[in-house]
Amino acid sequence: MRRDRTGAERLAAETRDAARVSRRGFLRAGALGLIGTGLAAAGRVLTRGGGRGGVPALVGAGSASISGTAAAAATAATAAASGDAEPASRRGALDPHGFLTSFDTGRVSTLPDGRTLREYEIVAVDREIEIARGVYYPAWTYNGTVPGPTLRATEGDLLRIHFRNEGAMPHTVHFHGFHPANMDGVLEVVGRGKEFLYEFTAEPFGLHLYHCHVMPLRMHIERGLYGTFIVDPKTPRPPMRELVMVMNGYDTDFDGENEFYTVNGVANCYAEKPIRLRVNEPVRVYLVNVLEHDLVNSLHIHANFFHLYRTGTSLTPGDFTDTVMLCQGERAIVEFAYRHPGKFMFHAHQSEFAELGWMGFFEVVEGEA
Amino acid sequence: MTAKAIASLLAPLVALAALLAYLLGGGAAFLGEPPAPIEEISFERTVLRPEEICVIVRNTGPQEVSIGQILVNEAIWDFSIRPGTRLGRFEKGTITMAYPWEQGQPLAITLISSSGIRFEKEIEVARETPAAGAPAFFFYTLLGVYAGVVPVFLGLLWYPFLRGLGASGVHFVLSLTVGLLVFLGVETLAEAFEVAERVPGVYQGVALILLGVAGTLIALAAAGARERGGRDRAGASGDGGTWRLAFLISLGIGLHNLGEGLAIGASYVLGEVALGVFLLVGFTLHNTTEGLAILAPLLRARASLGRLALLGLVAGVPTVVGAWIGGFVYSDVASLLFLAVGAGAIFQVVYQVLRFQSREAGLVPALVRPAGSLGLATGFLVMYGTGLLVSL
Repeated sequence: MRRDRTGAERLAAETRDAARVSRRGFLRAGALGLIGTGLAAAGRVLTRGGGRGGVPALVGAGSASISGTAAAAATAATAAASGDAEPASRRGALDPHGFLTSFDTGRVSTLPDGRTLREYEIVAVDREIEIARGVYYPAWTYNGTVPGPTLRATEGDLLRIHFRNEGAMPHTVHFHGFHPANMDGVLEVVGRGKEFLYEFTAEPFGLHLYHCHVMPLRMHIERGLYGTFIVDPKTPRPPMRELVMVMNGYDTDFDGENEFYTVNGVANCYAEKPIRLRVNEPVRVYLVNVLEHDLVNSLHIHANFFHLYRTGTSLTPGDFTDTVMLCQGERAIVEFAYRHPGKFMFHAHQSEFAELGWMGFFEVVEGEA
Repeated sequence: MTAKAIASLLAPLVALAALLAYLLGGGAAFLGEPPAPIEEISFERTVLRPEEICVIVRNTGPQEVSIGQILVNEAIWDFSIRPGTRLGRFEKGTITMAYPWEQGQPLAITLISSSGIRFEKEIEVARETPAAGAPAFFFYTLLGVYAGVVPVFLGLLWYPFLRGLGASGVHFVLSLTVGLLVFLGVETLAEAFEVAERVPGVYQGVALILLGVAGTLIALAAAGARERGGRDRAGASGDGGTWRLAFLISLGIGLHNLGEGLAIGASYVLGEVALGVFLLVGFTLHNTTEGLAILAPLLRARASLGRLALLGLVAGVPTVVGAWIGGFVYSDVASLLFLAVGAGAIFQVVYQVLRFQSREAGLVPALVRPAGSLGLATGFLVMYGTGLLVSL
């Protein structure tokens, strides 16, 4: 997930261009129905805009089948082969499977006093992303993806986060954790094209998050400006297969209700392509809830129980359960291992969220994954 | 026409064509890029079969729309769409989904376009769509017969009684008829405006109503004038006039009933209404008064049974035809036009009855006489009262 400055700059230029034609704030045709002719030209422009975002380029005009449910997941491979599936590269800027295990540990150096210094680059850019098959969302992103990169450090490290705002709106980065007031990313608003250096010590250890804190706050968060911030304890947790899961939603028509719910940004991404695990392989999930509009979210895993570490601030599990509920901004570390091979579902136990995209599968296999 | 006249006729048209070419060819660039896409999808028809939902939609917006996802009762559901997910302007798409819908329960179908805009269709009461075939045909026929044909004939059975009435009695019945008809006309018009709200903007529903109402009024008035002209030359008796008026009333009521049948058939198909016994009874009561209206001009004339039956059929059978259309090929636009034509026809009939009534005493005295105003008021009240039973 690391990007060097030139890469980020390139990305910013690209997305600035793309954002010129905002695909939102739409007008209902009713109001403009009578000036159809004049809109012929408009149509051309918009088709161009849509094309960049990637209106699905269907193979063959005969008919199209779209699948996105649990039933479909069982036959995901078949669906992918049917010719209607989008190439993975066009599914927004994020690869959900790569994202699971991507940790940005920063550019590491040692300070004169022996402390570890970690430096990160974050650029806010506007970008249209595919959030469900065939549905595109004009996101505001950190480094081009929703969720943003998972930043990781060890308790006591000095962190320097170089933030540059290439988006159309003013933004900030507000970290959860201990830090001075002027590093809080609330009052120090970073205008378009401006930069800001956040510097603080990584503490306490635990599972945190970062997000934009410019008003109107809900808008800046729901548009995609958030990411996971992991502070490892000085004595590391036992090694396990580690996965990051950020639960979010998208209100695609901006009416105050989510149309889609996802984990890691793309509806049903792990239903269509399950996460492979091994039997008895210890798994640690860093679970973060950044859902807007709905008060709570949850994770439920099938045929299993997990040890729960709320906010990850303790090394002793607080619960042994198979379902955890998290409020907006809450997060928890869960640890489990599967005893049996096979396909196991995981999802929000709010059924409506599950059926609107927040659902996936673990595919547990014997031996090597 | 001289060459000069032709040239001056064509010159503005040529200039207009040039202007259009210029605007479409880039001259409209000063408008700038529009800020957002303008998308519009209209639901034309929903067909429910066991374990299957079929939805026919049309892109009624000014530009291409791409269907990204479909939700059924707020859950992402698999779908297939012909000819494809991208629908060009005015292009029709047929969506099919395997879905275990439940009889009698509401169903919400939501299309989400590639730019995340929702288009929703609510089915209040899901029920299996009668497949086109003999049973469905029989079903809609029966519906139409009960709601439209039978009541009109029941109303006609008052003929012997009404013929025995004195002058004020006749006057009362004529005024009552005006009341009934005005009520029916306003009701039809209101229904048309209701449909106009559902019709996609490009079809300009209100303008269509105007076209339908005005067109019918003009056509019927012209036909009436021609016929009257011919009769005057031939020196026909006054009996032909009353028959003609009765026929016009039947025709007007028939056109109204066509719209009513359409609404009944369509609401059954669309699952918007649980068409119970009560509603059917309501229609029967409501429409019995229509037979009465047909009789009004015939009270002093002598009408044969055959003629009366013909009048009854002209007024009643369109309900059956309407139910067929509504049940099998419903479209909001067609429905709107039928309703507008029906309203126009009824207002034309009101005009004719008033003329007929004012032949003897003049219009205003005719209506303010006790029998007249009482009749008018009774007409409204009867329609309102029986209308309470019919709330589609």
